[in-house]
Amino acid sequence: MPADMNEFYTLPETEQERLTQTGLDVSMENRCGSFFQMDQKILQTTCSAQGVEVLAIEDALEKYDWMADRYWNAVKRDKDKYTKFVAKQEHPKGVVVIAHKGTRAVFPVQACLYLSAEPVQTVHNIMIAEEGAELHVISGCASASGAKRGSHLGITEFYVGKNARLTSTMIHNWNPHISVYPRSAAIVEENGVFISNYVCMHPVARVQMNPEAILAENATARFSSIVIAHEGSHLDLGSRAVLQGKGSSAELVTRAITKGGTVISRGYIAGVTDETRGHIECRGLILTDGTIHAIPEIDGRVTGTELSHEAAVGKIARDEIEYLMSRGLSEEEATATIIRGFLDVKIEGLPPVLQKQIDAAIDASEAGY
Amino acid sequence: MLKIENLKVRIGDREVLHGIDLQINDGETHVLMGPNGSGKSTLLMTIMGFGNYQVTEGRILYNGKDITSMPIDERAKLGIGMLFQRPPTISGLKLGKLLSAVAGGKTGDIPGYARSMNMEGFLERDINKGFSGGEIKRSEVLQLMVQRPDFVMADEPESGVDLENISLMGNSIARLLQKDMHIVNRQKSGLIITHTGYILNYIEADFGHVMIDGMIRCHGNPREILNVIKEKGYKECLACQQI
Repeated sequence: MPADMNEFYTLPETEQERLTQTGLDVSMENRCGSFFQMDQKILQTTCSAQGVEVLAIEDALEKYDWMADRYWNAVKRDKDKYTKFVAKQEHPKGVVVIAHKGTRAVFPVQACLYLSAEPVQTVHNIMIAEEGAELHVISGCASASGAKRGSHLGITEFYVGKNARLTSTMIHNWNPHISVYPRSAAIVEENGVFISNYVCMHPVARVQMNPEAILAENATARFSSIVIAHEGSHLDLGSRAVLQGKGSSAELVTRAITKGGTVISRGYIAGVTDETRGHIECRGLILTDGTIHAIPEIDGRVTGTELSHEAAVGKIARDEIEYLMSRGLSEEEATATIIRGFLDVKIEGLPPVLQKQIDAAIDASEAGY
Repeated sequence: MLKIENLKVRIGDREVLHGIDLQINDGETHVLMGPNGSGKSTLLMTIMGFGNYQVTEGRILYNGKDITSMPIDERAKLGIGMLFQRPPTISGLKLGKLLSAVAGGKTGDIPGYARSMNMEGFLERDINKGFSGGEIKRSEVLQLMVQRPDFVMADEPESGVDLENISLMGNSIARLLQKDMHIVNRQKSGLIITHTGYILNYIEADFGHVMIDGMIRCHGNPREILNVIKEKGYKECLACQQI
């Protein structure tokens, strides 16, 4: 597989900047591995950390017989028309990252998916943290700013082994003509921890996804989404957790802002076993008339499950703006400061380098509030 | 420093202040007393410029400048600052970040000020979220230390503060008002609402006023007024009708 990033440097500077905002670190200073796919072409697969492998999916399927059991397992190939379309690809593209048993990677692996000229980009990723391993992945997805249309269909299957920890941070930077249909699911084994973060601050035509985590005994999942729907953007987002094992827990957190676009925030937690806990939290801020529609569902089946949800949608409180103005901030500064605070979700268990990346993605859009 | 002339203020359809006259000169501290709901906080909020408080008559002059219709932030930039009785909670906004914003991006003495108010542990917390009554007041004073206003308004600075911290509050507000400086050199002025008068043990106030039903009924020595209220209640002020 080629490990050649020259094509990245041939991109205009503005495009390189858009990719950097999604977390692409070309210097690799804070990354332990990297994967770069432009349209259907894989430009880079590299990894410097011992015990961690970054492979193109075709290579991974060839290298490991057992990979076939992980391929279209967490996500079913006939789930919907998008999965069926991806499954039809003769040469699947995408990345497989494996943190082998007991490996603890300090720096994240970056996966960068760039839609440049083709109408459809298909990606199939598999992320595996084997027993006792710790793996952090940051996926940056972007499209050329001038692209007039395009779809990104991305399958990601996460496998979190016993006592393992896997964090996935996805930052999107599309443009108003792109539709995006990620399909992902996680299988989390005993005492495993799965943390999924999603940030989308830029205009996009449509994003629709509803990732799911199935949790075994004492496993934990936490989904956090931080999104802004600009005018013309339709974000139908959700996350699902099935608390299958005793002692498992899940938390789904959303911060949504509309500037004229639509956010549908779905959340579903099923408590089917004793000693399980789940909580859904959705907070929405309407800056310009648009839609924030929260649909939290909690589905308890046994006496030993505790599930809750809270949702609030509204505008910025005037007394908060005036309070900050009384400290000398202008109305615009006060508003931006409150919005920045609203979007500030500190994610427990995330390495500082990734929290910084999330903060930077939010800060970069601050002027766009 | 501050001159208020025949100020009438409405909140919604209701007139709350019915013609207030007040003058506070450079270096002076005044205290405002009065029963609950008499309009004391309304006066402070109106001086600060809050939107819900509509001035229907009269004007507010600050250093000779008419600020009656000026936006809040411009008043703050002119040197007016306020300690709020019940400030809002702002989720996600860290106290430390607000202090940096107030300081214009310079961190300067913020850690030292925070230490002096026993608030070091609060800089990374969301502002006022889960703060006790006393912690809110200490956070307010800390913000004013960074803001450095020339005219300090304080709405019941001692309410909700435990006995241990009341001297800290009192002494800190005294420093904000340059009470440690000789009276001749003192430039900062203040207007403080108090019910209990505890604050007078730390701040030597120059004048006291009693507000009842949206009107100032009495001016005088603050301690004398407080003693009358303690002994005879506000009824006496009403009966007195000095003004």
